[in-house]
Amino acid sequence: MTDMNPGFFGRIGIAFGAFFGILGNASFAGRVQRLREAPEAPEAPAAAPDFKAEAPKPAAAPVQPAPSALKEASPVAALQLLGLLQRDARFIDFVEEDIVNYSDADIGAAARLVHDGCRNVLREHFTVKPVRTEAEGTRITLQEGFDAAAIRLTGNVVGKPPFSGSISHRGWKVEETRLPKLAPSHDASIVAPAEVEL
Amino acid sequence: MSDIQANDNPARYSIGVDLGTTHCALSYVDMGASDGEKTAQGVLPISQLTAPGAAEERDLLPSFLYLPHENELAPGDLTLPWTQERRFIVGELARSRGAGTPIRLVSSAKSWLCHPGVDRRASILPSDAPEEVERVSPLESSVRYLTHLREAWNHAHPDAPFDQQDVTVTIPASFDPAARELTAEAAAAAGYTRMTLLEEPQAALYSWIQKSSGGWRKQVKVGDVILVVDVGGGTTDLSLIAVVEREGNLELHRVAVGEHILLGGDNMDLALAHTVARKLAQSGTQPDPWQLRALTYACRSAKETLLSDPSVDAVPLVVPSRGSKLIGGSLRTELTRAELTQILLEGFFPQVDAAARPVSRARVGLTQLGLPYAQDAAVTRHLAAFLGRQVNALAEVEGLQHQAPQGATLLHPTVVLFNGGVFKSPLLVERVMTTLNSWLASENAPAARLLEGADLDLAVARGAAYYGYVRRGKGVRIRGGTARAYYVAVESAMPAVPGLEPPVQALCVAPFGMEEGTDAELPAQEFGLVVGEPVHFRFFGSSVRRQDQVGTLLDYWQPDELQELEEIEASLPPEGRTPGEVVPVKLHARVTEAGTLELEAIPRGSSERWKVEFDVRGGANAGADQGMGL
Repeated sequence: MTDMNPGFFGRIGIAFGAFFGILGNASFAGRVQRLREAPEAPEAPAAAPDFKAEAPKPAAAPVQPAPSALKEASPVAALQLLGLLQRDARFIDFVEEDIVNYSDADIGAAARLVHDGCRNVLREHFTVKPVRTEAEGTRITLQEGFDAAAIRLTGNVVGKPPFSGSISHRGWKVEETRLPKLAPSHDASIVAPAEVEL
Repeated sequence: MSDIQANDNPARYSIGVDLGTTHCALSYVDMGASDGEKTAQGVLPISQLTAPGAAEERDLLPSFLYLPHENELAPGDLTLPWTQERRFIVGELARSRGAGTPIRLVSSAKSWLCHPGVDRRASILPSDAPEEVERVSPLESSVRYLTHLREAWNHAHPDAPFDQQDVTVTIPASFDPAARELTAEAAAAAGYTRMTLLEEPQAALYSWIQKSSGGWRKQVKVGDVILVVDVGGGTTDLSLIAVVEREGNLELHRVAVGEHILLGGDNMDLALAHTVARKLAQSGTQPDPWQLRALTYACRSAKETLLSDPSVDAVPLVVPSRGSKLIGGSLRTELTRAELTQILLEGFFPQVDAAARPVSRARVGLTQLGLPYAQDAAVTRHLAAFLGRQVNALAEVEGLQHQAPQGATLLHPTVVLFNGGVFKSPLLVERVMTTLNSWLASENAPAARLLEGADLDLAVARGAAYYGYVRRGKGVRIRGGTARAYYVAVESAMPAVPGLEPPVQALCVAPFGMEEGTDAELPAQEFGLVVGEPVHFRFFGSSVRRQDQVGTLLDYWQPDELQELEEIEASLPPEGRTPGEVVPVKLHARVTEAGTLELEAIPRGSSERWKVEFDVRGGANAGADQGMGL
């Protein structure tokens, strides 16, 4: 048993916190599910309060769910993007279609259309730039305090900065997002209306 | 229309509006932050609906108007950032919505605005709409585009109201006085209080000058003749601008403009789509109208790929099915380089010789309701005709140091400026240059140079904004005034020959080259106007007769020297006169500060002035109430 693994009473607290967290927070539920599907996941999903030796009162009022340190993404922007991808690239049509019986040539033809459209959506609504402007393969040195969110270290990660390594992927960052402004009454969940020709 | 000087409140911005056949754009110069040839310029991202309930900013506002059915959209779907009270759609959503429901879509309103065969103030668009669709006039639809631009500006610049800025609206150089007046009328109705008109090829050149930030003086020299070839979405517009020297300074002088040619990039995309559709039909697939439209879009981007990358030999075209089965239902074909060359280069830009002229077939009847598209699609033939017609255009230009070569059959431009998205293609630029230079070589003239660095999409709006700035004396200005002389028909006093129309003389009322804000002299001739009854005069323009003065009376002219324009209509109100009385009047012409031609009737011995209107009701071939010479 390592330091990270809580004792029995701590686990009760976590169980309750997780129970209500799963019910009330879809993204938290998703993370728990992924955790259960990946048994070797190295770390606990979220910090739960430590009850230590306090007497547990499981029958009494349930413990308040821990305020999540994670913020919930608004589905509206995601739905909007999905709508744009469907409109310009027929994205949902393409992914939802069963491609087993089509030849590669047919799929390739459709893929062109999807690729064209996706590229248009990407270029119209986002300004995407590489994180590192050097060519892939270039050796670079990372000084102390480099942005660990923008640069992921892989391989022989030991020692202290400065780190020296070669770029295997330049990374992408979105510098600007330009999503359409929505009317308050707009239902973003209709990502493609049914079309009825009169 | 108002005079800039008349308004004391100085504008902070000079706004340029490109009111195009297929797209509108708005650019602005911050005049306070600009100094000499260093200008602070921007392009307004225009908020517009791109999907029901979703508004986005785009640099271009597609010139499309969609008139939705009342049940077609959910409440709130037409909400713009500044209003929820819209019952029609302008811009990107209008275009995409209209692709599915063309009976509710108004497009090419600008071409309708200058269509002499229809009443431009009558609600006639969409022309194939069923009865229950509430139609709009070509004028009204222009008003709506211009209004949208004003509102988008005001929303983005609450501290600088649109009506307090100097605004320049562009028009084709080939617009006749009636179309210019209608554009000015639309702008006034859209709340443009300080508005000036500018010809698009001039705007393109202003934009090039501005972009060079002073470097233009090194790229052109005195004696150069700049040919501007502007092929927009719906029109082809040609102008010649000479570089002259006056008092030691370089000056630009617009010497000629071309005919109105309804021929543009959209015609090219459509021609490609029809060729591909024929190919599909031969293999047993008949594209429906929806697929044909999708094919046109696909052809446009395939065309751009083929024209910009000479190493590509064919571009696959995929037209998706309408249903959710994307892979199963798509049509697949390709556009090959051979087809593109055949249709675009040989169809629209054939390598013809200088003597070639556009082919025209006789129009069938007078009841034609569609747009009068150019009958000959060859831009190069129209160009040959223009340069041939204007062969003597430089004879009278002061300060040009021009020696007209003996025996020249066409005017010899020395530099060429291209405008319009079509010329993003190096192949098309090269084709026009090669063709032009072969004409020049055959007359032993030096080859024309290409002016590099033009901004092909936004040049007109940018140049218009820059023009508002140079009007304040901040840079070089293109001079030239009106590019036509104007005439009214006078019945000749010769004895009538039975069975023949009485011969007509043409009286010049406005000479070539009248500048903005100037008056023509009063001609000596008088006309009889019948009090209380509108009187029509046949009206003519000439883009080649530069020497005629007010009062010049032509007995005879070459058929291509004078073009008949729409009739003009004068009426004297009956106040203080007996209805039916014939009053002698003189016709007086002036060009307003805004750039429109105004005609007035001035009764003998009186200071009254009555406005003479351009008859824009279309198809007027009145013979009964012609004005008579006194």
